[in-house]
Amino acid sequence: MKKPIAGGSGGAADVSVALPRSSATQPAGWTRLLESERLLAALLLAPTVLLLGVFIAYPFVMGVWLSLSDTSVGNVGHFVGIKNFLKAWDDSIFQTAFKNTFVYTFWATIFKLTLGMWLALLLNRSFRGKRIVRASMLLPFIIPTVLSTFAWRWMFDPTFSVLNWLLYQTGFIVTKVPFLSDGTYGMWCAIVVNTWRGMPFFAITLLAGLQTISPDLQEAASLDGANGWKRFWNVTWPLLKPVTIVVVVFSIIQTFSDFQLIYVLTGGGPANSTHLIATYAYQVGVATGLLGEGAAISLFMLPVLFVVVWAQLRYLRRLEGA
Amino acid sequence: MDTRKGASVTPGMNRRHFLQTAGGAAVVAGGIEGILAARRAPAFAQGTKLHWVRWVDFIPESDVELKRQMPEASKALGAEVTFETINANDLQPRITAAVQSGSGADIFNFQYNWAHLYQNAVVDVSDVASALAKTEGGFYDVWAPSCQVGGKWLSVPHSIVGNAVAYRKSWLKEAGASQYPKTWDETRKLFSILKKKGKPYGQTLGHTFGDAPTFTYPMTWAFGGAETDASGKKVVLNSKGTVEAVKFMQAFWKECCDEGGLAWDDTNNNRAFHAGEISATLNGASIYIVAKRQKEKIKDDKGEPLWQDIDHAPLPAGPAGGYLLFLNQSNAVMKYSKNQKLAKDFLTWLHKSENYGKWFTTQEGYSVGSTKKWENDPMWGKLDEPLKMFRTAARNTRLFGYAGPSTAKATEGFTKYVITDMYAKAVQGMKAEDAVHWAEGELKKIYEG
Repeated sequence: MKKPIAGGSGGAADVSVALPRSSATQPAGWTRLLESERLLAALLLAPTVLLLGVFIAYPFVMGVWLSLSDTSVGNVGHFVGIKNFLKAWDDSIFQTAFKNTFVYTFWATIFKLTLGMWLALLLNRSFRGKRIVRASMLLPFIIPTVLSTFAWRWMFDPTFSVLNWLLYQTGFIVTKVPFLSDGTYGMWCAIVVNTWRGMPFFAITLLAGLQTISPDLQEAASLDGANGWKRFWNVTWPLLKPVTIVVVVFSIIQTFSDFQLIYVLTGGGPANSTHLIATYAYQVGVATGLLGEGAAISLFMLPVLFVVVWAQLRYLRRLEGA
Repeated sequence: MDTRKGASVTPGMNRRHFLQTAGGAAVVAGGIEGILAARRAPAFAQGTKLHWVRWVDFIPESDVELKRQMPEASKALGAEVTFETINANDLQPRITAAVQSGSGADIFNFQYNWAHLYQNAVVDVSDVASALAKTEGGFYDVWAPSCQVGGKWLSVPHSIVGNAVAYRKSWLKEAGASQYPKTWDETRKLFSILKKKGKPYGQTLGHTFGDAPTFTYPMTWAFGGAETDASGKKVVLNSKGTVEAVKFMQAFWKECCDEGGLAWDDTNNNRAFHAGEISATLNGASIYIVAKRQKEKIKDDKGEPLWQDIDHAPLPAGPAGGYLLFLNQSNAVMKYSKNQKLAKDFLTWLHKSENYGKWFTTQEGYSVGSTKKWENDPMWGKLDEPLKMFRTAARNTRLFGYAGPSTAKATEGFTKYVITDMYAKAVQGMKAEDAVHWAEGELKKIYEG
């Protein structure tokens, strides 16, 4: 007969319990360590921290260091304080690039939002071939930017532009439109291409947002006599606003730091008139090899993007709290 | 003592000592594997690779020839030589990335005076360059300021792309010119007539490595302008000569040029010329060569092969004379390369007459050699008359940075397109004086900042 468990019910029942062996009563060293929540959390976070450290923090810290040094290609840099920032600020090409970046981001975002919203509202209706239209709408977004921009460059070509040919043949123009050979036209061409490319992202995201809005609300508003605009403004828009703000913020970040499109379409020309901060930083830092100056120019994007991200996070937190 | 046939062991040397000595020698010579496998002096360890990056040549057949030669080079050097071509505008970003990461191609194609810009990232190749110069009777004058820094050759001169104005003979004749004008004033008169007939002069003022700077620097020099004084320390761009040059260009642009040229790259003028959109343009010989090689495709307005209507002339002279800036190409061995010796051996191999000559022939005058030896190559006798003017073209060419030495600062001004942008701003409406003032400010930041 086995011994009753200490503290048991005195022999009223003959309960036998298999107790763990004495060696197993103490968890193994590593298991015991994992029982510590703080340690486990640290371990689970470690891969992410490592990835962020290597791919985000290190390049960022390097960028900051480079911007404070006179590093050039093949030459070790020395600390120069904020000299590179002052030099950039005093540089007329940088000033143009800085202004261009705001103009480009502002107008491209406005157009993408307006057209994207319009497209989303259209696609939210029922019609034949809806799925094909929705899928094909994404084409500009999924084609690599460099390829699609090359196609646009050909369409805007100073000599062989198909658009110029079309406009001439239809009698709209008598001389060629200087699409890329004039700074102002060049910037608007870039905005058009950016809008063409980014609009599907807006449309598909807003469409997803629209589909979460209950049709009952629209129906109720209709019964109350609201017309299309009032239904949009008083029912759709308030419910779509959180999605819209998120998508606009993402777009601002991407557009403000855009590089590929301008690099391929205009190369920043003519005479630096279409440079953005990113393309000018590349020209100075990578092409000319003045890494310190290039890093300083690119870091001018940081405060602007920081404010945008901060505003977004603040808005999202307010939503969570609501 | 071992008396077997073929064994040659130093008396008194035991087995262990022999293996140590032989092993050490083999490692020095390039690896034990090579000795065992090849029964010949091993050049480099098996699996050694050498990577050479060069621009995409405007004469495609020349790249084909170089690719054909690489297996031969691999065999001769006992290492695998790979040859990569990239767009010339991407060379500098690629070099920067390679230098900063400490990895990349072993040999890079340098242009103009890049040896100054990357002087701390490349190795001394004086042994290769000096041997080449000795064998071929000396380099052209432009090479020393381009590739020598502190008396050391930092890149090995390879070739020079000459340029000239390619023009339509029949169209110039229609406008009353029996030959290409000798001065800029005559040129302006002639092409104002041609532009009115829809046959303008084609010139890029974009951010290009070749056609824009080889036009804008000589234009400045032709009117007496210069970037710096002879010391290279004082910026003297804002002078009467430069302002006159810019004013001339404003008029020339409006009256004579295809104004779309502001957005052209180095290929646009070739295409525009072949399509009959322009009557003349500054270019290498590639317009003529490609038109002839593709004579079935490239035809004039009468349906005849276009090449028959093309001739070449040097850039016209201005009040201060006529000057030229040619694109020169050299090869540099990178300091981070683990195969520096192999890279130098490869460059020596590349410049052997039997190898270089085959590439040179495919160029048909588009590039000339780095030495006068190639002026006497039999190829010149087989070429068409319009191409023969390139034979001696490299004898007289200036470098940017004039009137000072062509230093890294001159390259910086070049890479930032300061001179080209000065003209581009002016033809877009900025006052000539203001455009020159702007460019002077940019150069001062580089030279005196």
